[in-house]
Order: sequence, then structure tokens, then C-alpha cells
Amino acid sequence: MSGRTVKASDIEKAVAKICLEANTVLREDVLAALEEAYRGSEKESGPAAMLEVLVENAKIAKKTKLPICQDTGMAAVFVELGRDVVVSDGNIFQAIDAGVEKAYKEGFFRKSVVADPILRDNTGTNTPAMVHIDPVEGDKITISVMPKGFGSENKSAIAMLNPTSTPKDIIDFCVGTVKKAGPDACPPYVLGIGIGGTMEMCAFLAKKALLRPIDKANAKSHIAKLEEEIKVGANELKIGTMGLGGDHTVIGVNIETAPTHIAGLPVAVNISCHALRSASITI
Amino acid sequence: MSRASLGEYNDLGDRWFIEFMALCAWPGTVHALAWDSPLTRRVVMTNKKKIQVPLQADDIASLCAGDGVLLSGTIYTARDQAHLRICEMIEAGEKLPVDLDGQVVYYCGPTPANARAIGSCGPTTSSRMDPFTPAFLEIGMKGMIGKGRRSTEVVAAVKKAKAVYFVAPGGAGAYLSERVKSCEVVAFADLGPEAIYELVVEDFPVVVAIDSEGNDLYAGLQN
Repeated sequence: MSGRTVKASDIEKAVAKICLEANTVLREDVLAALEEAYRGSEKESGPAAMLEVLVENAKIAKKTKLPICQDTGMAAVFVELGRDVVVSDGNIFQAIDAGVEKAYKEGFFRKSVVADPILRDNTGTNTPAMVHIDPVEGDKITISVMPKGFGSENKSAIAMLNPTSTPKDIIDFCVGTVKKAGPDACPPYVLGIGIGGTMEMCAFLAKKALLRPIDKANAKSHIAKLEEEIKVGANELKIGTMGLGGDHTVIGVNIETAPTHIAGLPVAVNISCHALRSASITI
Repeated sequence: MSRASLGEYNDLGDRWFIEFMALCAWPGTVHALAWDSPLTRRVVMTNKKKIQVPLQADDIASLCAGDGVLLSGTIYTARDQAHLRICEMIEAGEKLPVDLDGQVVYYCGPTPANARAIGSCGPTTSSRMDPFTPAFLEIGMKGMIGKGRRSTEVVAAVKKAKAVYFVAPGGAGAYLSERVKSCEVVAFADLGPEAIYELVVEDFPVVVAIDSEGNDLYAGLQN
């Protein structure tokens, strides 16, 4: 059989490594945005002081290996699987779950996953992870882990807009979703937004959009413009850091798009708290 | 404001709450405040409060929405499933595994401790506990710590019970971990992170979001 062989145990180790990193080391782009928000806030104001606490929290977490937030989340795992890769000695789904379990045990992270949404027994391992596999060219595997807390997940929303809806309608839905979240889900927020596709694809894109560094705009100029307009609109709400007012209700808006149907315009908003966590590795 | 180094974050916490108080001095007008006005500073300097928990009635009466407070003493964690169980036990007339009369309940599911008193331990979203809160207040609970807004029913119930609702900084669980001196499971151990833990806290930074008169810090942010 042609192709490059990757052992399942190596995938497990890689997933464990990035799970540990994601939960204890705040992303550089997110930390930079919080620092910039701090510098841009009125000196000695409440929001400025609060943003400084968040930056300090990130430093304490990095130094002590304490999780940035006690909600170490449910692990969303995105895999770009090279078509020439052959996984040996196991399967990739089991390897990913084993890596997540190992990290949540060794990192003393909270196990927040229940096996059944109705019966609600905790699995005790923080698994299963929510795994998305995307086949790509090549012989490498790139894995990204995003531990997503549910305080902000609960505030996320999807709308099936009309195909004749305007950009303003999209902006109004996205900003309205932030208004509904209010101060409850730890602002300043990052918005992952999916536009187009089918309903489930749209929601998936919203989550995946959060992987992109928040200082990188969408490559399409009309989408980048929409990102900026949603950010401006959300910041006009003046909810501010921890609901204390000020100019920083949202520190990043990332949109991903997909082709869609003539009859519809799905829009999904996945809200992330200020502790947007993810880490990636290529095997 | 100069940036504090890592070694100075305890001082930073005190400064945070002083500043936080300034913002919150006038319920309902939070976003209209001029942060650097002399009046704001005066309120900042006169409002700093250190309070022991469990709370005394006169301490509760002295607290106003917007006050920054440092809590020291014993509090109990409880979140969704513990609330559900306690309410079911109240309804069934059963004896509760922990006496909440006069106590402060913290909406928190900490990470496991690793050679420390506790792991990361910030607040979870309070509104999920809204349906259970009136029953908790009726059995004597006097305080809550969480994050975010509460329902109008909870605001009314807090006022009726002469209780208080505090908010703690969300998403700063590592930071807050430094303010918890001990953590012991006291009920529902099978719930793991959702068990009821008894925490001994020292200078735990919170802000009064709903006071015993029913003033709501987030009144201007309701949907």
C-alpha cells in the first residue's frame, strides 16, 4: 500500500499536547487583542482594569499550568487528513479521544462531557471529542483542538434568512445575537460566523471560523467588509468588558462562507468568550 | 495605569475592584458615567468593603448594587444539577445534605486541584440557576456569586428575602484560584465538578449586582 504511515499512538500524543497547550496558554492573537483593548481603554477606567486582570489571568495560567478558565470545554477537533496518510495500529477517532482523555487527566482539567443529553451521566474523560475530518492532498495530518466553553456556546444562534436579505439583515442578526448574550458570556467576545451552505454546514463554518487568527481578515474583500461592519455594530452596543461599558464588546469577527441554495441564506453565529482557546499541530 | 508584573497580581486585584466599584456606583447609569470624574473617584475611595461570609443581616443591608466587595470566609458551590437535586429534595420534604440557611452559594464548577487548594474556579452563567433561585432563598440562602444577568423574578425574590447577588470576574479562573484557601466536597460527590464544595475564600473579589433593595446593576442591559 502506498502512502505515509502514521501510528495512532503518535496522533494520540499530538492531540494530548495541543489540548494541554490550548487550555493553559492563551492564543497569541487573542492575548494581543486583549492587550490592545487594554491600551485603547480610558486609563484607570473599570474596563481597563478588568482587561488588565484578563491579561494577568493569562500570565498566571501560563506560569502555573492552571487552565485559563475552569470551563475547559468540550473539545472540537478539526483534522486535515492528507489522502496519502495511512493510520496504523488503531483508528483516528479512537486516537483523538485517547489524546483528549490523557490531556484532561494529566492537566487536571474539568471533565464536562455527559454521555447522553437527557440522562446526563458524566463520561469522566471529557470525551467524546467533536471530530471533523477534512480530506486534503498530501501525506500530512494537521490537527487543531478548540476547547469550547458552554457559557458562550449557549449564546450562539443560527438564522435561515431569505435569499433576498441584505448585508444589513445579516449584520442585524449578528449584532442582535451579541445583544442577547449581553454581559452573560464573558465579553469581549469573538464571533465565528458561518454564511451559506446548508444548516449544519453553516454552523460548522461558524465554529471553524474561530480557528483563524482574529487579526486576519477574510481573503474576500466583500466578506472582510462585512466582518468589520459587524464588529463596529457590536461595539456600538457598549456592553463592554464584563458588561462594564466601553468600546470593547467584540475583539474579533471571523466569517467563513460556502455556496448555498437559491431559496436561502443561512447565517450562524458561534460566540466565543474572551478566552478563545485553540492550538494546532502537523504530523 | 502601569502594568503590574506577575508577582504583583494580588495588588492588581485590589485595584481592579476599586475601579470596578467606580463604574458601578450608580445602578442603571453604568454606561453614562464619566469614569475619571472627581465624583467617581470619591465613591471609589469610600466604597471599599471587606465582608465576612456567611453574611450578617446588617452587612447585607449596607451593600448597594455597584459596591466592590472582598469576601472572606466560607461559601458553597452549586450549579445546575445540584440546584435541581436540592429543589427536588425541598419539594419531597427531605433533609438537605448541607444547611444553606444564611449561606452564600457560588455558581462554580472548579477544575480538579493539583497540589493546590483548588484548580481554576471562575463563575458560571447565573441565569441557568434562575428557575431554582426563589426556592433557595426561601430556605434561607442569603447570597449568590455568579456572572451575568438575572430574571425579574430573581430580582424580586432577592429583594423579598433581603439577600444579595454578587458577580465575580468571568473567565479569570486561574486568577480567582489564588483567592481560595481550601476546597472540600460536602455533598453530591457523584456529580464530580458539579458537586457541592465548601470553599474557604480570602479577599475574593466580587461586585454587588443585585442588592437587598432590588437594585440591579445590569438593569440597562436587559433584552
